[in-house]
Amino acid sequence: MAVELDVFVGNTTIMDEEVYQLWLDGYTVNDAVKVRMVSEGMEEYEASAEVVMSDTMDQYRTFQMCERLLHNPTKLANQLLFQIPPHRQAMLIERYYTFDDVFVREVLGKKLSKGTKKDLDDVSSKTGITLKSCRRQFDNFKRVFKVVEELKGPLVENIRQNFILSDKLARDYAAIVFFANNRFETGKRKLQYLTFQDFAFCAGQLIKNWTVGAVDNMVEDMDVDLDKEFLQDLKELKILITDKDLLDQHKSLVCTALRGKTKVYTEMETNFKNLSRGLVNIAAKLTNTKDVRDFFIDLVEKFIEPCRSDRWASADMRLYLTHYTNSAHLLDTFKYQVVWDRYMGVIKSCIFKMYPQMSTFSTPLSGIIDQRFVHVKRDFGPLGRLSIFL
Amino acid sequence: MPGKLKAKIVAGRHLPVMDRASDLTDAFVEVKFGNTTFKTDVYPKCLNPQWNSEWFKFEVDDEDLQDEPLQITVLDHDTYSANDAIGKVYIDIDPLLCSEAASVISGWFPIYDTIHGIRGEINVLVKVDLFNDLNRFRQSSCGVKFFCTTSIPLCYRAAMVHGFVEELVVNEDPEYQWIDRIRTPRASNEARQRLISLMSGELQRKIGLKVLEMGGNAVVGYLQCFDLEGESGIVVRAIGTACTLDKLSAGANANAYTHPNTAPASNACNSPSKDSKEPVFSEDPPTALGPLTPLRVLPSSSPPPFSSSKPCSRQSSSSDTDLSLTPKMGMGSGGSVGKEAGPLKMLLRQQTQTALEQREFPFFTLTCFPPGFLVHVGGVVSARSVKLLDRIHNPALGNPRPYKLLDWNSVTADEPETRDAWWEEIRQEIKSHAKALGCHAVVGYSESTSICEEVCILSAAGTAAILNPRYMREGCLDIGSGDHSCGFCHIPYDELNMPFPAQLTYCYQCRRQKVPDVLFTTIDLPTEAAVSGKGCLIQARLCRLKKKAQGEVNATSISNLLPFMEYELHTQLMNKLKLRSMNALFGLRIQISIGENMLLGLASATGVYLSALPTPGGIQIAGKASGDLSNEQHVLSIQKRINDAMAKNKEMYHINPPELSEEAAGSPIPEPKQRSRLFRSQSESSDELSELDLSHGKKDAFVLEIDDTDAVEDIHSLLTDAPPPAGFYSCNTEVMPGVYNWTSGLQMFTSVRVLRLSNANLTNQSLNKIFTDMCENLLKSLYFKLRSMIPCCLCHVNFTVAVPEDELIQVAVTAVAMSFDKEPILEKLGDRANEDQLQFPMELCAESASVAISNLTAKFTATSVDYGSFADRCSTWLELIRLKAHTIRRGSVKTSRRTQSLGRSRSLRSTRSSGGGGGGTAVTVVKMTPLSFLPGTRLIKYLGIINMFFIRETTSLREEGGVSGFLHTFIAEVFAMVRAHVAALGGNAVVSYSMKECVFMENPNKNQAQCLINVSGDAVVFVRDTDQEATPTLIHTSCGGTDGPT
Repeated sequence: MAVELDVFVGNTTIMDEEVYQLWLDGYTVNDAVKVRMVSEGMEEYEASAEVVMSDTMDQYRTFQMCERLLHNPTKLANQLLFQIPPHRQAMLIERYYTFDDVFVREVLGKKLSKGTKKDLDDVSSKTGITLKSCRRQFDNFKRVFKVVEELKGPLVENIRQNFILSDKLARDYAAIVFFANNRFETGKRKLQYLTFQDFAFCAGQLIKNWTVGAVDNMVEDMDVDLDKEFLQDLKELKILITDKDLLDQHKSLVCTALRGKTKVYTEMETNFKNLSRGLVNIAAKLTNTKDVRDFFIDLVEKFIEPCRSDRWASADMRLYLTHYTNSAHLLDTFKYQVVWDRYMGVIKSCIFKMYPQMSTFSTPLSGIIDQRFVHVKRDFGPLGRLSIFL
Repeated sequence: MPGKLKAKIVAGRHLPVMDRASDLTDAFVEVKFGNTTFKTDVYPKCLNPQWNSEWFKFEVDDEDLQDEPLQITVLDHDTYSANDAIGKVYIDIDPLLCSEAASVISGWFPIYDTIHGIRGEINVLVKVDLFNDLNRFRQSSCGVKFFCTTSIPLCYRAAMVHGFVEELVVNEDPEYQWIDRIRTPRASNEARQRLISLMSGELQRKIGLKVLEMGGNAVVGYLQCFDLEGESGIVVRAIGTACTLDKLSAGANANAYTHPNTAPASNACNSPSKDSKEPVFSEDPPTALGPLTPLRVLPSSSPPPFSSSKPCSRQSSSSDTDLSLTPKMGMGSGGSVGKEAGPLKMLLRQQTQTALEQREFPFFTLTCFPPGFLVHVGGVVSARSVKLLDRIHNPALGNPRPYKLLDWNSVTADEPETRDAWWEEIRQEIKSHAKALGCHAVVGYSESTSICEEVCILSAAGTAAILNPRYMREGCLDIGSGDHSCGFCHIPYDELNMPFPAQLTYCYQCRRQKVPDVLFTTIDLPTEAAVSGKGCLIQARLCRLKKKAQGEVNATSISNLLPFMEYELHTQLMNKLKLRSMNALFGLRIQISIGENMLLGLASATGVYLSALPTPGGIQIAGKASGDLSNEQHVLSIQKRINDAMAKNKEMYHINPPELSEEAAGSPIPEPKQRSRLFRSQSESSDELSELDLSHGKKDAFVLEIDDTDAVEDIHSLLTDAPPPAGFYSCNTEVMPGVYNWTSGLQMFTSVRVLRLSNANLTNQSLNKIFTDMCENLLKSLYFKLRSMIPCCLCHVNFTVAVPEDELIQVAVTAVAMSFDKEPILEKLGDRANEDQLQFPMELCAESASVAISNLTAKFTATSVDYGSFADRCSTWLELIRLKAHTIRRGSVKTSRRTQSLGRSRSLRSTRSSGGGGGGTAVTVVKMTPLSFLPGTRLIKYLGIINMFFIRETTSLREEGGVSGFLHTFIAEVFAMVRAHVAALGGNAVVSYSMKECVFMENPNKNQAQCLINVSGDAVVFVRDTDQEATPTLIHTSCGGTDGPT
């Protein structure tokens, strides 16, 4: 005696949000039933495992049938198969496209290819997210990427319109697409302390200021590709470090401005040339795709790490970067003010975001709380002592 | 050329990719009506083509307009090979033929393919220009409105109720063995869909003609069914109630029902059979005696009543029971059915005009009536007949029939006669049963079949009743409110000459007339009925094994089993009713399904406590007389459980009839012995024997003997029925008695379960348990799924059972969950009802049981049995029944069965039904409900009947998610197509929705499955009831303007 067939179809499609989440999280039906049986409110209905099982199977089937439509959310609104109230539709889509930050951190900047997809079981075991959920999230990235790849107009807006997502989620997807397109390296140990949201913020800055779309908003891929002309122009900034006079002039301007305003003045003064060289070199190399990929790692290695090792507080760093940027305008022989601003504007906000939160030395490093703390300790040398506070 | 049909193909969207190379489709559309086909241009390489075609015009007869669907086929153009079909849309254009309904069909219809399901959508515009031809109603019946609703539709008033109409058409089944024909499943499915569409169109047209002939303009309670007889073919049959309806003006409310009709007498052009006949009832006031001409007021838009010159060459005479009910009311039995004496209270009126020997059936498919219409209700009458569909003789077309009909005088060479004759027999049976109950009419009438291989059970059931004849002439009457609330409970039959045993008491409300102790009916609870507490769904379930057999042997064994099944279902119902302390059943529906090796019986009804009827007695468990202590204790413990359950039920359903003292009530049958114990609460009962007596000291204690294995089973089934969880109620009627303040939150659903019986050595008992558990679990699942709607009531819970294969049991449920506000109003209403109640205790002696049985015997033998041998057998069952020491109450369920071996011929009567398809934009939300109303809304327009038949088949069952995935998708698709169709008509809801058929077949080994679904309903437009405080309707909905979430 076995139930051969068991279906329930409502005129208005019934979807339980809790079960939906379990489904999205990749639970099998049996696991989902186990979770539901112990969840709140079940005793109230005296639900037997059989009843919950039947309901769960039904819901899972409904979700599977809906999944095809969720892949193309605009269809969901005018399809006829399921009668779903608009607010429920929005919920379904939003939840379907919501991803785990832990997961996205693993694939951010990787090519959204079959190869990457094959490695998802590693990601799954590393993050504890089910493979099924990983696949869904990965496929979402890929799908969004594919659709917006060939569209004109602003990236975020395209994503929002084609996938009917909230503004926040659309921005996150824009970041993912942008990272995937430019293949930014984010997986290196030194970058592990950065969250997806840190990167998403940076991506937003880059999209806004450095892409083709920043100057022309009707080009294909405008928000995905960096502005080639601009990258070419960045080479000109090299003068700031190659021209000895200019470098000294710049340094003295910054030093004058900062004197007395920061505790790490000495370190700053000593390191000025190094830091400046680092930042300008990053700019000059961006024409190489390879170097674009290393953009974030370069920022950390060439700027953030030296500052951290000198125990700059983020306020110090902010002050320094602000004056560093502004002082360049006072250099008579420096003619690339526009390019400089466009470059430094983004660099500043990125570094501000990426710089580990730490107002003084005595506060813990929030950004470095990570399983790889050991590595952090090694890389950041002096900061290792802070471990006692963590 | 009385009509011009115009169609325009606007656009498509979400089309499937047909060209793998380009991932695109070169789509074009063929529009076909009758034999004319138009094509659009090919819209190349696009999944969202914009054809924006010209208007395709079809000049056609209105007869074709009624029969044929508009057939739209979307194809993918292929230069080198044949064009690939993407899918089809069938549009039923019937609603456009009625001026009051829709004027244009416009919207997105799902493109449906029987193999792939829905594949995109197409936007279509359809219009009809009907020429103003005076003769246009010759062959067609355009303009007759059809309603599935089994009450007078909400925005109409009935000027006249004419009576029963029926028709059936027969055809060969293009594909009866699907699994053998895998070659072109799509082609055969489409042929079948189209054929059934044509057949139901023809059927509807013919019924319409009958209605016009009767002078009506509408069919209410239209019930159309398909009998898929396998190799024997397809029978499409329909019954309904012909009415003359007047549209109420927009603002009018139901008060109009009570306005006397002041319009002048009818046009003189009615069919001649009408005018001469008048019912006369001796119990009616003198005003009813005169030979009044039926009043009929036809809506201006409706066609003039048609003259009798209608050619009816294709009609079979026996199916032409096209007389109005008005005369029928007064009729005794017609010539050939004269075996029963006419009821005393009626005068026989001979009809004089018609040359044809006509049989009339005073049947009404309505279940809900305007106040005052229903005078008395007798009880349930039912008849079943087992027939053999002969598959060996398959005479060619036009062959004179090789089989012998019984005493039927209507004999023609046409095939439908067989089926007509079958049904006619059954109807006669029903009619005579009703007469035996002293009733002249049958209300809440329905017919059904169950087919397994070549055996077919025909069933008909209804409620014998006496109707107010004035209504049928003048439409609306003010009936004195005095006996309103209890009048229908009063017995219609002669007290001294009761057709079956019943304990009569004086009505607990008016105390003037006699009422039975228990009342079973197939109708909805009348609006005026006073009820204590709430109602609940009561089900009796039964499985009986039978040996596999062929042909006549099989039919015989089935017909031998039937009376036992009916009897046991009846006993179960009665026990369960008692357990809930209720005294009446409404909406009773007994379904018996045959399989190869078993019979399934399922009876569903809504139990209520009618204030007019006496308080039901308890259930007494009687053990063996021996002094076996353990046995006695066992009996006591069961008794206690039953008593506890009764007490709990009373509380749960708020049944608190005030227990007035008999002195005050003036008990007609005082029982001093009992009095002292009467008013103790049942919960006081303990294991002590003397205490036990208390709980059923009231009147007729119902004795269950525990020694009987059947009784064990009964008790088992009594106590295993779990009550619905808190906050849930359920009923199978239109609305829950005792719940009034609905919100607009509702959810219609269909749930299907199939159970595979693995064990080959099942006994009746284990099978029963399996079946009962299956139904119970299904209900539990429904409650769980709908828990977010609490407080909520499952209304119109409609179970259908089937035995699709040897070891499979299929149960399908369609119902609507409606949430309501918990308000003190409820209690107040209940209390008021209670105040009217009086209580008369009465005792039922155990001895009366035997009397009951013998009376039942008389009844069984009275039913006509065709073969003498069966009559013998009949008496043996009765012997068996007599042996059972059960008390049968109110033997109002009558059974008859008949086995016949009849060959059959085929005739190619083409028909049609509305095909699939519908349109709707993303925004149009279409509500669906099996009820005739939507709470919190007013129905302002009926757009026409929705009647769709779909076939879905797959050869990749696993890939589609197995059988569950396959059926889930299909049901969702059917809903989608219904909604789209309604939306395209301009509607926003379907009322009186039902899934008539859900035939599911699978062959997992071949990775194949096939399913057929037939659904119907009324497309309507509703508006939110925000400006009006309440809309009093036929159904007691008085809802404030509550706008709940949908």
